[in-house]
Amino acid sequence: MSTDATLSFEEAMEKYDPVLGFEVHVELNTKTKMFSSAPNVFGDEPNTNVNEVDLGMPGVLPVVNKTAIESSIKIGLALNCKIAETCRFARKNYFYPDTPKNFQTSQYDEPIAYDGYLDIELSDGTVFRVEIERAHMEEDAGKLTHMGGSAGRIQGADYSLVDYNRSGVPLVEIVTKPIQGAGSRAPELAKAYVAAVREIVKNLGVSDAKMERGNVRCDANVSLRPHGRERFGIRSETKNVNSLRAVEHAVRYEIQRHAAVLDSGEPVIQETRHWHEDTRSTTSGRAKSDADDYRYFPEPDLVPIVASREWVEELRATLPEPPAERRKRLQADWGYSDLEFRDVVNAGVMDEIEETIAAGATATVARKWWMGEIVGRAKNADVDPGQLGVKPETIVELNKMVEAGKINNKMAAEVLDGVLAGEGTPAEIVEKRGLAVVSDDGPLLEAIDAALAAQPGVADKIRGGKLQAIGAIVGAVMKATRGQADAGRVKELILERLGVEG
Amino acid sequence: MAAINRDDVAHLARLAHIEMSAEELDRMAGELAVIVDSVKSVSEAAGDDVPATSHPIPLTNVFREDVVGHTFTAEQSLSGAPDAYEGRFKVPAILDED
Repeated sequence: MSTDATLSFEEAMEKYDPVLGFEVHVELNTKTKMFSSAPNVFGDEPNTNVNEVDLGMPGVLPVVNKTAIESSIKIGLALNCKIAETCRFARKNYFYPDTPKNFQTSQYDEPIAYDGYLDIELSDGTVFRVEIERAHMEEDAGKLTHMGGSAGRIQGADYSLVDYNRSGVPLVEIVTKPIQGAGSRAPELAKAYVAAVREIVKNLGVSDAKMERGNVRCDANVSLRPHGRERFGIRSETKNVNSLRAVEHAVRYEIQRHAAVLDSGEPVIQETRHWHEDTRSTTSGRAKSDADDYRYFPEPDLVPIVASREWVEELRATLPEPPAERRKRLQADWGYSDLEFRDVVNAGVMDEIEETIAAGATATVARKWWMGEIVGRAKNADVDPGQLGVKPETIVELNKMVEAGKINNKMAAEVLDGVLAGEGTPAEIVEKRGLAVVSDDGPLLEAIDAALAAQPGVADKIRGGKLQAIGAIVGAVMKATRGQADAGRVKELILERLGVEG
Repeated sequence: MAAINRDDVAHLARLAHIEMSAEELDRMAGELAVIVDSVKSVSEAAGDDVPATSHPIPLTNVFREDVVGHTFTAEQSLSGAPDAYEGRFKVPAILDED
């Protein structure tokens, strides 16, 4: 496999203007398939969640899943789309073993939802509107595993094994209009767009929205044109981009690759590209050819869908608060600054902070713990902060102990480590480890006297009114008491000892 | 006479995975032209006020409730498969090495 030439991203941006487009496939989490009553379940024994319809037996009749239609309409509404009064299914004809029928039931010229938009907020707060061309319904295909040849890739495989459990799972494919004007923010916008779609379908409850399971899958179209030119360049379509990070990387890589092709004076080839997470690059799939002549025609076995305005309004009334509005509401409720709130969102701990506040913490305390203590630990463990296993109640309990003066912040962090290590509740760990702020003045005075004796020069400075010098003595006392002293009280006692007014 | 030439037939044959001899392509080009013309006469009968019909009966919204029904065992699913391996259909690899 040859490695393609690339330009640096900065140079690519200097010379060219990227245009993006996305096709995001969302698997619905209905109990049954789109057209058959077989269960829609991930990860079971191969070819057991199927019946005659999913296997494309001759003479079978598909029947539409009403819940799947309702979920599709909800997605359309959440994407600010118009909902078609009537629409039909169509057959997309092709020969490939992932569909036993030799066609995929899809929608062609009459998608159920069309003409929408999504406002995407980038990390610095810039809002970018992505226009939605359409959202149409179709069925998922079976899963192929390529055996032999080069490590599970189709190139050079000896044969393929097919599991049709996924065949017929309801899908909604969301197609954007060409996205122009993103400039160097294109990779970031790509990631933010897919994240927003995922958030919306998860919030609607219509999809499990797990990218690692393929519930949300993205095909990314990229083309470049010289600055100032209106006509689009030739695009590539990168398939198999199935994590948010990969979306960002794939768009960035394709921009760099296209730029190198154009710089060399060659035309970009319109083709499918395969994304490879390991090398963070794409390889050529297949060129557009007349094999892409799908000969769509109306599906004769399925009658048209009529979405009455009453039905649509009924569904609209069930929609949950949109994620973007929820964020605005939470920020106002919590009183965070724009920067603080954005950091919270980018760190992925908004839900966790909401739960912690619900458990009894103040907004300030919840943020301090999640952003100050937990996010860093999650980063070290290479997991999402929410997956670290910190319960809101733990934070509330730790904070109560700090506020009551039982333990200080440093100890609280230590107790949190203990909780995460499974040593018990905060109270048990405090007990077990003998953690408690030393509040008896006796041992403190002893330590203070020792520290003053060890640093007579500092003691003189403090006597002479240079109160900032007190830090050295406080530090020595904290060290001597292994951090178990209340620093405020130590300061008071030092001043008392030296007869200085604080 | 509709314009269905030999290349059109060859293209369709390829898409449909039908192997056709040179002679068959010639003959089919003529026959398909007649069929297309016949279908066209239906369009002539309908006026501009008659929308295209995809379904002959005026029926819409035939739905099924989202309730799990019957399924096959892997053995049943594979009973008609030309080849199978570990509960899955075994098929030839489709693409060659790039």
